[in-house]
Amino acid sequence: MMMKRINKITGTLFISTTAISAFFIIAVIIILVIIIIIGGKDSFSWEFLTSFPTDGMMKGGIFPAIYGTALLVLIMSVAAVPFGTITAIYLTEYASEKSILAQTIRFAVRTLATVPSIIFGLFGLGFFIKFVGVQMDSVLLGGQLKWGQPNILWASLTMALLTLPVVIVSVEEAIRAVPREMREASLALGATKWETIRRIVLPGSRSGIMTGTILAVSRGAGEVAPILFTGAAYYLATLPVSLSDQFMNLGYHIYIMATQSSNVDLTLPIQFATTLVLLMLTFILNLTAVIIRSHIRRKAK
Amino acid sequence: MKEPKIKIRDLTLFYGEKMALNSITIDIPGNEVTAFIGPSGCGKSTFLRTLNRMNDLIADVKIRGEVLVDSLNIYDRQIDVVNLRKKIGMVFQKSNPFTKSVYENVAYGPRINGISDRKKLNEIVETSLKKAFIWEEVKDRLHDSAMGLSGGQQQRMCIARALAVNPEIILMDEPASALDPISTAKIEELIFELKKNYTIVIVTHNMQQAARVSDLTAFFYLGELIEYGKTKKIFTTPDKKQTEDYITGRFG
Repeated sequence: MMMKRINKITGTLFISTTAISAFFIIAVIIILVIIIIIGGKDSFSWEFLTSFPTDGMMKGGIFPAIYGTALLVLIMSVAAVPFGTITAIYLTEYASEKSILAQTIRFAVRTLATVPSIIFGLFGLGFFIKFVGVQMDSVLLGGQLKWGQPNILWASLTMALLTLPVVIVSVEEAIRAVPREMREASLALGATKWETIRRIVLPGSRSGIMTGTILAVSRGAGEVAPILFTGAAYYLATLPVSLSDQFMNLGYHIYIMATQSSNVDLTLPIQFATTLVLLMLTFILNLTAVIIRSHIRRKAK
Repeated sequence: MKEPKIKIRDLTLFYGEKMALNSITIDIPGNEVTAFIGPSGCGKSTFLRTLNRMNDLIADVKIRGEVLVDSLNIYDRQIDVVNLRKKIGMVFQKSNPFTKSVYENVAYGPRINGISDRKKLNEIVETSLKKAFIWEEVKDRLHDSAMGLSGGQQQRMCIARALAVNPEIILMDEPASALDPISTAKIEELIFELKKNYTIVIVTHNMQQAARVSDLTAFFYLGELIEYGKTKKIFTTPDKKQTEDYITGRFG
């Protein structure tokens, strides 16, 4: 009798604790979003999205930062998606589960996903700029400085390294969701393994590749640390036109305005509005990825 | 008597340490229907899959012995598995259409064989679907997804897809087990037609089906070939007690 009552009390206690924690998390998100919306709504306008910053970045819009961010994630995707897809194909279709190579790759992918993003930034600086870039300059341009300094190409490639695990994992999942029966049907018709991958497996995992891309883009759009030393600029009067140009970026722009501005309080509404843009961007991208992913899971069943 | 189309000599198969087939020796004649029967887990499907080397796809499978198709050992190192599978088509237990149109499903095999001429492909698709008795039902929806067909139609389309690469042998792994009686009857009728031009090996757990469609029947039990002979004889006067017990429904 006594035990029963104690069990009941601990049960109720446990349920309320979990409910409170869950509520707390939701409350944090709601408060965060409300503060950002209230703070940014007055500065948020079509003009804000489409014009350049003015008055030492204390007024005007954020167009170059949006443009720079878009270009960054585009070049990043061009690098990360094919590379990640090929890796995923190797892991799922060619490597045997127990092979040392496959296990090493998997370990590397997992590790890569947990490396702090600032380390990627430092790696990008050391590898792409100081090593690859400087070598390119000395071989191609006779020592003239062009590639051996931060630019959008190196920033995008650094970001691609950071988002590679996301792409690999998503594509792997999608490839595994293609039923074995379909592969067998293809092989039984005299298709080679590669023909089966190209004509059956890859078309069947199209939406997974899409999900991976979107998740990578949304991650890449929000990260600042990797591009800090590799290409992001404080302020540029013109848009980047070449891979060797620097660029402005939404996340970096917020950081600059919040810490480096000559009058932080004055730029507060702009900071909020910029944050709102970045938040909406990543939210929409993530939502799209979630919808596509749940679609794949349903199809797999 | 003419040379058998497929000769299996002393075929033994292991899944890891477990022996799944024990020293099977059997001759399968051309242009006839040979049925493999036996209780679940007796190795009949595994055996069927050794005939087009589909077991190659499973890790840990070890195979000893010979499978001679037209006197050529298909487990010989010089054999090109891809070409072999073009010659030996397969129809699976669960219909497995690609998520493509009916037309693209049937044209898949010819396409990977390098046929890209539209007229030629149209012709192959049409004759294959006609041979599989499904042309009339799908001719107006060739470019709709094959997923929209009924289960029975999907299975006949899968047969058409196998026919499109012009095989000599067709292996069928319980092709009607997931179908309703009417669709099953259509598949059986189809098998009867196909044997004029193809050698058919069918695995079935349905003894009436084996009795209806096959010329020869092999009874498998626990990885061993217990008895093999004319279907009529197996079903009326089997030599072995085990065969009789299974056929009369005393076990399995």
